Amino acid sequence: MQPKFLEVFLESLDKFGQLYGPKQKNGVLSYDRLESISELVITDEHPMIPIKKLFHPMQFTMMHFNERGFEPDYSVIEKRVILGVHPCEIHSLLRLDDVFLRNPVDPYYSGLRKNSAIIGFSCLPTENSLCFSTDTDIVEEGFDLFFVNLGEFYLVWVGSSLGYDMIYQREEFFDEDVTHEDIQMYIDWRQKRNKMFKKSFEFDSMPDIMELSHDSEVWDYFGDKCLSCGQCSMVCPTCNCYNVTDVFDVTNETVGRRDRVWDSCMFVDYSLVAGGHNFRASRADRLRLWYGHKLKTFGVDYGRPGCIGCGRCVDSCPVDINVLTISEALTTKEVPKQ
Amino acid sequence: MIVNEQIDNPFKPKAARIVRHYDLIKDHRFFQIRHIDMKKAMSFTYNPGQFIMVSIPGVGEAPFSISSTPSRPGILELGIRKVGKLTEALFKKKDNDVIYIRGPYGNGFKLDQMVNKDLIIVAGGLGVIPLRSILYYVLDNRDQFNRVFFLYGTRSPQDFLFKTEFFQIKKRDDIECMYSVDRPDKDWTENVGVVTKLFKELPKIDPKETNAVVVGPPVMYKFVIDEFLKLKIPKNQIQLSLERRMKCGIGKCGHCAIEHLYTCMDGPVFTYWDTLHFRELI
Repeated sequence: MQPKFLEVFLESLDKFGQLYGPKQKNGVLSYDRLESISELVITDEHPMIPIKKLFHPMQFTMMHFNERGFEPDYSVIEKRVILGVHPCEIHSLLRLDDVFLRNPVDPYYSGLRKNSAIIGFSCLPTENSLCFSTDTDIVEEGFDLFFVNLGEFYLVWVGSSLGYDMIYQREEFFDEDVTHEDIQMYIDWRQKRNKMFKKSFEFDSMPDIMELSHDSEVWDYFGDKCLSCGQCSMVCPTCNCYNVTDVFDVTNETVGRRDRVWDSCMFVDYSLVAGGHNFRASRADRLRLWYGHKLKTFGVDYGRPGCIGCGRCVDSCPVDINVLTISEALTTKEVPKQ
Repeated sequence: MIVNEQIDNPFKPKAARIVRHYDLIKDHRFFQIRHIDMKKAMSFTYNPGQFIMVSIPGVGEAPFSISSTPSRPGILELGIRKVGKLTEALFKKKDNDVIYIRGPYGNGFKLDQMVNKDLIIVAGGLGVIPLRSILYYVLDNRDQFNRVFFLYGTRSPQDFLFKTEFFQIKKRDDIECMYSVDRPDKDWTENVGVVTKLFKELPKIDPKETNAVVVGPPVMYKFVIDEFLKLKIPKNQIQLSLERRMKCGIGKCGHCAIEHLYTCMDGPVFTYWDTLHFRELI
């Protein structure tokens, strides 16, 4: 597809649902509802908060309650077309699928997922991109359409029958023939891109190393530094933990709602039970759980660890605890120098 | 908004009525509850060792062990300690009041491997609440099991739960009950000391033909498991039940994760063998 058709085509997708995508909001790139296509920002940069917020919202009402009991509220679900989704983000949704769509299915996540089309876009590595290490730099599934920007044109992959429908309604924009030259351009683009990664880490060997390092002093070292602020969980695309709270309506003592809000295993009360016993009172224990999920244990159940290499923890952690510093400390058995 | 009614919402709690309640000891109350929907009440089945999520609208939701046995259907029994916001609200409920429940969740005790074997049940303090379920299950299906030993220890006679019931069971000749308290009073006629001291009273057992189950406070596990190991009971024939913070009960909210395991799905019953591989279990 010629680049000049891109905006018109993307705009035309609004008949498949409300358009969402990365846009500038208060100076921060953020996934949000697009009021017009001109708000869409297609860039190599990641939105600060990952795409999970559109499928596992930061806060929403699961149910209302009154004297007659609980009634589910599905108003969070709407038909959407989400534009500008990077490969690592698509991988993160596949990881979240493993949790939320496993039996018993979470009806909120599944409703949002079923009613959302994913229009992926290729990107080039930024400063902290690690997706080459985590093997999440390309996608084979999890999108309806995927646009690879080869400069002169977009190579468009179709990933679902909905994707075909989208293309058929503006067939004139697309050229079905892929020439040898086109293929060569794609290969060149991939090779060029592969050389652009500035950082990497030993993702493949981390599960074994984590297992061997359960009692390592590395956890105490990072535990001492950790602020338990939970930023890593907020920006991590595969952090899915949540808390549930009941809220009464202001004017009523029997009517209210049950909300779901993001939680983080970095918070001190994460494993606290009634009676005061805390199963993970130390920050080192909580860090080990977090990095276990990203680098090791998620794989036992779901085939691969949680980390999808977006590099957000590298960008965000105020005290430099991230998949790079942790994996480096565990592989070299040396804690980083101050 | 798109209606999503085709999916049964696993988070929606069902109404249940408090049929009867009484105080076990100070701040510990026994509740019998029944689904208001009679069909649900009669079809609701579970394994000993499973739990339910109990809701009070506006206060919240938390997991509680089922204390009744599935061999006596229709009514669910809970033993609850007043210890937090939800349990405080629960203690204000009267007979015939409505609460909300969903479940059952978790795996429950591995009954299959206990059939035709000797069974040693060891309870400490509140741990007796889930164990009461398997205890009555075994008694209701007595011919499926070989010898049964029930060891229960608490701090003092004032902490001893289900006193009347358990002393009645002690009179039966198809189960050996041994009770102990750390600090006796003048009326206490049973053993004195920690629950592990009761192991001395056990007759000779064939460890391969024996299953052991223990539930109690976290500090108790190590000492009791040491006793099981001294008896040479295989590690995968020692079962224990764990407590964790839970918000969903169905492996979504993450709170009860232990490495890749969810206590709510893969537990709360684990074998001692499991705990050797997942060092954060106990």
